[in-house]
Amino acid sequence: MIEILNTGPLNTIQDIGRPGYRDIGVTASGAMDPMALKIANLLVGNDEGAAAIEVQTFPFRLRFSGATAFAVTGGGRAALDGVSLPPWWSQTAGAGQVLELLPSPASARAYIAFAGGLDVPLVLGSRSTSLRGAFGGIDGRSLTNEDILQLGEPARTVFAADGLGVVPPATALSALFPVAADGTLLVRALPAGEHDLFGADAERFWSQSWKISAQSDRTGYRLSGEPVRPTAPVEMRSYGIVPGVVQVPPGGEPIVQMSDANTAGGYPKIAGVLEADLWRLGQARVGSRLRFVRSSHAEARTLDRAIAAYVDDISNTSQMVARALKTMAGR
Amino acid sequence: MTQPMPHSTNAIPKHSRNTPAPQRQPQISTIGARAFLLEAPGDFDLPAQRRIWALAQALRQWDDLGEIVPGMTNLLAIFKTTPEDPDAVTARLREAWERAESIDIRGKTIEIGVIYGGEHATDLAALCDHTGLTDREIVRLHHEGTYTVFALGSAPGFGYLHGLDPRIHMPRKTVPSLKMARGCVTIGGMQTGVAVLTGPNGWNSIGFADHQMFDPKAAVPAIMAPGDTVRFLPERIEL
Repeated sequence: MIEILNTGPLNTIQDIGRPGYRDIGVTASGAMDPMALKIANLLVGNDEGAAAIEVQTFPFRLRFSGATAFAVTGGGRAALDGVSLPPWWSQTAGAGQVLELLPSPASARAYIAFAGGLDVPLVLGSRSTSLRGAFGGIDGRSLTNEDILQLGEPARTVFAADGLGVVPPATALSALFPVAADGTLLVRALPAGEHDLFGADAERFWSQSWKISAQSDRTGYRLSGEPVRPTAPVEMRSYGIVPGVVQVPPGGEPIVQMSDANTAGGYPKIAGVLEADLWRLGQARVGSRLRFVRSSHAEARTLDRAIAAYVDDISNTSQMVARALKTMAGR
Repeated sequence: MTQPMPHSTNAIPKHSRNTPAPQRQPQISTIGARAFLLEAPGDFDLPAQRRIWALAQALRQWDDLGEIVPGMTNLLAIFKTTPEDPDAVTARLREAWERAESIDIRGKTIEIGVIYGGEHATDLAALCDHTGLTDREIVRLHHEGTYTVFALGSAPGFGYLHGLDPRIHMPRKTVPSLKMARGCVTIGGMQTGVAVLTGPNGWNSIGFADHQMFDPKAAVPAIMAPGDTVRFLPERIEL
């Protein structure tokens, strides 16, 4: 059992999401950084898509009511009873211990997974909180102070006594996920349907650096910069969308749809972010800058493979460690 | 001299069927590396949507697709993994479109009581300006229409309705309303619908309907389904 001691607004329970219902208008939701969620789960022996806490407003504090294996990945600086934990780390907490997360400069969101996963009801196949739909998680709402969270049955009971961590993806995969010298996030994308209707402005879309405005959340990021506009007004028939679509409302400042995106929209779309780069966008902070880099399907496949290999490696290592610990415990 | 062409496919000369004009081809574009959007050629009408429904049914047999999202005379196909050859995907989609026959979904009829005008009709005056019609005429044209649910999307249970009288088409707003109420009866371009969530909304509101459209815990969560017929019944007109 977990007790939430201190939380800001908009921290929610998320899993890998609720795909499969977009044709009735239900957004997929799920972690903004699915890779961090998966790794947190793998470190505590869960299925990679189990429900965890997504923390995006800090400080965040919770108390363990009994011995519990947990992992913290993504952003945030974690401490257990005041003792700092390394980033991307799993450990076992004792009854009464308090886990605290403070913000980190580089990444916007932290994930806390618990052995057994958070036990909230499945709604349309997922435990993810849909704030817009007001269902999933705990009654479709953000976590609040004094919330009590129940855990499922852990798949593993023996964990490394001194904890276990992984090399964060930004380090392990740094060659494949570059950042510009001035810190600008480089987000790979492909031109989308109405790209060419933007005429000369289309080039300005790719060349300028955009700032993630304060009007950004799990639904989408509004970007500020020099507006781009189609050469003539475009009135579209509504079409299905996915996270990563970059739409341009009449004002000319793009919106990138994120995990809680609508399932359909009608603004002209200039680009679509590669799925493999969405986790980095999910970790981008309000006020930071990004630039879109024109990519290809071939590059998308290379990145997909690199991410899959990284996650598989952690999954295998984690299982190996678990087996070794079990063998030692059995002696 | 060319004769005016009757609106029947039987009357189209054979040679023009064999060499379709370029605009008869669907447009296929991508969103990211895994999602492909097919947009039907031609008018925004029921025949085009029936073919989209048929395409959706055919695509449900494709093992490599994770999700299919029919839109308004378009369809988004989301692949489970990034396809190796996007051109091959485009060709497969084109072929599936060519083969898709029309499906006539005989849905149920849903009647929705509407309070036209009043505090929620925030954009009725703008609609008068845009159309040159009086508020009374706009309300009459809206509630006299018979609408077909073309697709669901955007928000849980939201039905995109086709059948809006062209005289009251109205572009989406340049600046969306930040907090439009659930239940607002709205016009977005050539489409109409009833807002299912309170929140930002770029469509134009002309009235209000208190009608539950979605229950995530129900066996069938969405009230509306593609092919359903919708009629708006004026409960009250506050002008």
